[in-house]
Amino acid sequence: MLTKRIIPCLDIKNGRCVKGIQFENIRDAGDPVQLAKWYAEQGADELVFLDITATNEERKTFAELVRDIARHIDIPFTVGGGISSVADVEVLLMAGADKVSINSSAIKNPALIEELAKHFGSQCVTVAIDTKYTEATGWKVYTRAGTIETEHATVDWAKKVTELGAGEILLTSMNNDGTKAGFALDITKAVSEAVTVPVIASGGAGTMQHFSDAFKEANADAALAASLFHFRELEIPVLKNFLKTQGVDVRI
Amino acid sequence: MNLVIVDYKAGNVQSVLFALERLGVQAKLSSDFETIKAADKVIFPGVGEASAAMAQLKARNLDKLLPELEQPFFGVCLGMQLLCQHSEESDTDLLGIIPLPVKRFQTDLKVPHMGWNQLANLKTPLFEGVAEQDFVYYVHSFYVPLSEYTIAQTSYPDAFSAALQYKNFYAAQFHPEKSGAAGSQILQNFLAL
Repeated sequence: MLTKRIIPCLDIKNGRCVKGIQFENIRDAGDPVQLAKWYAEQGADELVFLDITATNEERKTFAELVRDIARHIDIPFTVGGGISSVADVEVLLMAGADKVSINSSAIKNPALIEELAKHFGSQCVTVAIDTKYTEATGWKVYTRAGTIETEHATVDWAKKVTELGAGEILLTSMNNDGTKAGFALDITKAVSEAVTVPVIASGGAGTMQHFSDAFKEANADAALAASLFHFRELEIPVLKNFLKTQGVDVRI
Repeated sequence: MNLVIVDYKAGNVQSVLFALERLGVQAKLSSDFETIKAADKVIFPGVGEASAAMAQLKARNLDKLLPELEQPFFGVCLGMQLLCQHSEESDTDLLGIIPLPVKRFQTDLKVPHMGWNQLANLKTPLFEGVAEQDFVYYVHSFYVPLSEYTIAQTSYPDAFSAALQYKNFYAAQFHPEKSGAAGSQILQNFLAL
């Protein structure tokens, strides 16, 4: 039985793990390689590392970190942040990443998705979508770390990126991110039903029940959280045991 | 041990190198047939698209040469599919070593089949020390149906070949290099063949 995936996300700046609360107020949460190993031992199914540094020089540091992570962990991981070309992706995959996640660059240049799928295969192309709901607009896609609203309605954009060759969608609700009030079930369900590729629910996890809801109600294939895991408010083995009692297939 | 990984610019060889390094084995990366032929064992990784990978193999004449190998050989993921006859992916003729087809998943479930799934009906020393229903990591959209060469199976939703053996050619659809302890055990078992 294919199991639902639990994915801790680590934001990386200058080789250290940090977490933005609502994309602001960054706090230091430790050494990425040590955290990665710890999560793998705890039963995390996959990891996501997002490079939130800005300069090219810092990106080189990130590629070295990716290599260091690949050397030490034996579960799959996705890397993202500032990727805008085939060459960027090649460096990260060659360093040992399994998948890359692209966000703003996919909006700026949708053809990039197609190019990446052709070069490396859809299986390693995750498109990250930051989405926000307002009564006036409905669910819209945002870009540039959630600062700029785009013209794209979220479900339409998810369908489009899948047609272009995305192999997975990482859907983050900005309304929910950092609130610990639960995942955005309605939009996660709508996206999951609209596309044929796996969907990762992200933003808002606060309790074990929230994960269960994301899988059972919103039909997410995976669920991602950051600070909840980093500050050990929720331990992965406890979460997985809970999910199992809820009838969710998990790897234990 | 002289272990060679086939280098044909189609795949995540670094992960395989690191997995072997964790087992204390240094592998050589090569696309030179004499080097590959001289190896005690050969690993053939691969990710990406079948026709592009075949083009890379042909450019190095490896499509003619790999079928001649007689030492234990291990194809992983796309490396497994390439050993077969023909793929529905871009209607591609493959290496033709194992007389089996590669088909696209026709299911209402999500494709790619991505994540951790379970092994069953384990056969051969490749799975020594691996338990029925142990989890391994998959990411693929095409599969090899069950056959007389199937040495492990997984269901999504129908059962397909998780691993194959044909003469000296072993192959796994999942990624042993990314499959935690079970994956390490399988790699270790291949090295011990």
